[in-house]
Amino acid sequence: MSQLSMPSPDLAILQRRADILRQLKKLAPGATLITDQEGRRTFETDALTAYRCLPMAVVLPESTEEVSAILRFCHENHIKVVPRGAGTSLAGGALPLEDAIVLCLTRMSKVLSLDLVNRVARVEAGITNSAITEAGAGGGFFYAPDPSSQIACTVGGNVATNSGGAHCLKYGVTTNNVLGVRMVLMNGEIVDIGGPSLDAPGYDFLALIVGSEGQLGVVTEVTVRLIKAAEGARPMLLGFDSNETAGACVAAIIAAGIIPVALEFMDRPAIHVCEHFVSAGYPLDVEALLIVEVQGSEDEIDTLLEKIAEIAADFHPLVMRRSQSAEESAKIWKGRKAAFGAIGQLSDYYCMDGVIPLSKLPKALDEIGWICRRYRFDVANIFHAGDGNLHPLILYNANDPLQLERVELCGAEILKLCIELGGCLTGEHGVGIEKRELMRLQYTDADLEQQMRVKAAFDPDWLLNPGKVFPLEARGAQ
Amino acid sequence: MTGHMRVGFHAPDTVEELAYLVAEAADTRTPLEVMGRGTKREVGRLVQHGAVLSTENLVGVPIYEPSELVVVAMAGTPLAQIEQLLAENEQELPFEPVDLGPVLGFGPGQATVGGMIAANLSGSRRILSGAARDHVLGVQAVNGRGDTIRSGGRVMKNVTGYDLARGLAGSWGTLAVMTEIALKVLPAQREVRTVLCFGLADLNGVEALCLALGTPFEVSGTVHLHAGLAERFSDQEIANAGASVTAIRVENFPASARYRSSRLKQMLQAYAPALELDTLRSRIFWNEVRGLAMFEKSGRPLWRISTLPSTAPKLVASLARKIDVRVLYDWSGGLIWLETPPISDAGAVEIRRTLAEFGGHATLIRAESQARAGIDVFQPLDPPLMALTAALKQAFDPVGILNPGRMYAGI
Repeated sequence: MSQLSMPSPDLAILQRRADILRQLKKLAPGATLITDQEGRRTFETDALTAYRCLPMAVVLPESTEEVSAILRFCHENHIKVVPRGAGTSLAGGALPLEDAIVLCLTRMSKVLSLDLVNRVARVEAGITNSAITEAGAGGGFFYAPDPSSQIACTVGGNVATNSGGAHCLKYGVTTNNVLGVRMVLMNGEIVDIGGPSLDAPGYDFLALIVGSEGQLGVVTEVTVRLIKAAEGARPMLLGFDSNETAGACVAAIIAAGIIPVALEFMDRPAIHVCEHFVSAGYPLDVEALLIVEVQGSEDEIDTLLEKIAEIAADFHPLVMRRSQSAEESAKIWKGRKAAFGAIGQLSDYYCMDGVIPLSKLPKALDEIGWICRRYRFDVANIFHAGDGNLHPLILYNANDPLQLERVELCGAEILKLCIELGGCLTGEHGVGIEKRELMRLQYTDADLEQQMRVKAAFDPDWLLNPGKVFPLEARGAQ
Repeated sequence: MTGHMRVGFHAPDTVEELAYLVAEAADTRTPLEVMGRGTKREVGRLVQHGAVLSTENLVGVPIYEPSELVVVAMAGTPLAQIEQLLAENEQELPFEPVDLGPVLGFGPGQATVGGMIAANLSGSRRILSGAARDHVLGVQAVNGRGDTIRSGGRVMKNVTGYDLARGLAGSWGTLAVMTEIALKVLPAQREVRTVLCFGLADLNGVEALCLALGTPFEVSGTVHLHAGLAERFSDQEIANAGASVTAIRVENFPASARYRSSRLKQMLQAYAPALELDTLRSRIFWNEVRGLAMFEKSGRPLWRISTLPSTAPKLVASLARKIDVRVLYDWSGGLIWLETPPISDAGAVEIRRTLAEFGGHATLIRAESQARAGIDVFQPLDPPLMALTAALKQAFDPVGILNPGRMYAGI
C-alpha cells in the first residue's frame, strides 16, 4: 500500500459514536442518517478508489438549516466533518476519516430560481452539473464548466475543486462562472457571499472558496452565470505523425489569434482505446489527434475551420477532417468524454492533472513518455491542449500493492516535471490527499502558511475536511 | 509621481527591500499607505498612516509569451506600458479595465498593474470576457508580516491550493502588497461594430441591452447613457443627437462582426437602431466609456453601483425622485456609474436606502475628502461577512499596518 496516511482518529470521539449518532438524528429530523456498515460502505471512497475509509456516519441533509444545525453540533463537540457531493473527486478530496461525519449534499438538488433576463440561476449545491444546463436549455442557455463527470458530479463539488472541462478554454472554469454562494461555516453560521450581480462587495471571498476543497465551509446554494448557446458548433479532427508536431500546431493556432471553444489532444494509445470503445470515427494510423471545435453561424464556422486548416497545413497533418453532421460531431465528443471510462475498462489507471506552459508541450510529452518507460508503465495522454492541462493516464494494477507504490512515485515525477517546466501540480482535479505531500514542490513554507492561515480564519479548529490539501506534517494541518 | 514625495515616502527598487520595509513597519506598528503611483489614493476612507509605501519602482515585464496568452508584470508597471506591449503583438487585456485616472485628476494609462488588480477594475467587456480578477493567474505579494508569498502561477489552469492570487483582487492593498502579477491575455479584436439606438427611456434601453445579451452573438459591450452625458462624447453624431444613447458592441474577425451586427439590428427592430459605428469610431466611443470621459470635468461625486440589470432602471428612477443624478449604465444595467450633485454626503444616505430596497451595492469613487470622512465609502457588510472580513485581514495582516481603515473601520 502507499505511504499516504490520514490523521490518526480521535479515540474519545469514536467511543462516543452511539451518543453522537443519537444527537444527530434529533438535530436534523429531515436528514437521512446512515449508520450501518453496508450503507456507509457506499461512501467509503471517491473516484480515487485506491483509498478507502468508513466514516462514523453519513448524513444527507435537506436544507441549509439542517446543515447549520449539524455543523454547530460537530463544532461544539469537536467532531470532524467531510463534505461531499457525488464523490467523483479524482484526488481523494471526499475520502472519509474514521472519526468524521460525512455530510453528503446530493439530496439538496433543486433549481431555486432561473432568471433568463439577467442570465443567472440559483441552485442547491447537490444538483448535478448537467441538470443546470438542462434547466436553462429551454431558453437556449447553458452553464459553461463541463467536466467529464458532468452527468454525475454536483455543482457543490465543482465549487470545491474549481472544476474545468473541455470547453473552459473559451468560457473559463468554475471560479469564472460562479457569482455567489450560501455557505455554512464550521460553527454553524450561515453566510451569503456574492449574489446575482456581476461583482460582490468587500473582499473576494468567492475566489478563496472556489477551489478550497471543502475546507472553508459547506456550500449549500450556488448562484451561477448562464450563457446563451452559440448558433452552432462543429469539431474538426487533425491527425499528426508525432506528439511534438501536434503540440506545435496547438501553439500555432493560439498564436494566430484563434481561440477555439475546445482544443483537445489524444495520443495513439488513447485514440485506439476510445475508438474501440465507442467507434467515434477517429483515425487509427496517427500518433496524435487534435479535436478542435469552433462555434458560430454556419458561415462563421466554415471560415474559422478554413483558417485552422490553413495553419495546420504547415504541420503536414496525416488527417484533416471536418465534421459533416451533428451526428458525426456528437460521436467525436462521445469518444473524448468516454475516454477515461474506456481506458478504465482495460486497466486501472492513475490520472495526473499537471499543467505546463503551452510552449513546453512537446518537451513535456516526450519526458512523460520516458518517465513512464522507466517505471515500466504504459501511458495514455488525453488532455485539454489549449490551456496546457495534461492528463497522462498511467496504466497499472491496483491490486498489486507494489505497483500502487510505484505508480505514485511515477506520477510524482511527472508532476515534478510540470513544476520544473513552469507549470503546476493540478489544473482541475484538486490536491485532495493525492498531491498533498507534493505541495512543497510548488510552494514555500511561507506560501503554505499563508494558505493555512486563511483556512484557520474560516475554521480555526481545522475540523472541516482535514488531512487534505496541505502536507500532513505542516503546522496546523492536523 | 515624485511630486508626491515627502518624508516617509518609500518606493523600494526590489521586492526584498519592500518586504524588509513591511517587516519593519510591522515591528514598529507603523501604518502604511500602500499604493502604486497613487492615482486612486483618493478612493476609500481616509487612512491614518505613518509612511507611504509605493510599488512605482517595481517596473518591468519578466515574462511575456504571446503564444501562451500570458504576461507577467511587476506591480508598479504602468498600465499604458503593458497595453502598448500587448498591442504590438495584437493582443489585449480582455477585461478592458476601466481607467479611473481621468476622473480622479490624472492622465489616462497612468495607473499601475498592481493598482488595477487591487481595485479589480473591469470595463464594458466584463459581460463577455470576465472581470479583472478572472484573468489573474498568479501573484507574488508581501503580506503584513513582511513574508514574501506566491500563489497561483503563470499557467492557464491552476487549482493547486487556495486561490489567494485571485483573492487579493479588490482588496485595495489592505491584505498584502502585490509585487508581481501574472495575467491571462487574449488576441485583440480585429473588427468592431457598434449598434446605437437613440432616445430610449432607461427601462427600454436596458431591456434592449438584456435582449442583446440573450443572443448568441457574443455581445461585448452594452451601455445606456442619459442625454446629458451622451452629449459629452467626442463623436459629433452622438453628441448632437440630443437624446439618450443605447450602444451594443460586437467584435470578431471582420466577416463575423459584420454578420453579427446585421443580425442584432434585425432583432432590435423594435428599438429602432439608428446608427452603426465602424471599427475606428467604435474604438473611440468605447475608449471614452472606458475612461469615463463623460464624468471627467464635472468634479461631482461619482458612485459605482452593482445590481441586477432588470432592477437597475427602477433603482435609478427611485433615486432620481430624491436627487438629481446623471447615469451611465454598463454591463446591460448590472453596473451603474452615477453622478450626484455636490451635496454634503454625496447622496450616500439616499443611495444606500434605495439599494436596501432594490438590492445591490455601491462604492463612492470620487468625492471631496470632507464627504468621504463622514460616510461609508465601501458598501457596509452584513455582520457575519464583516466578521469573516476581519478574520481574513487578521490572517494576512495581523498587526493591521496595510492601508488600515481604507475599506472598513478597523480592517
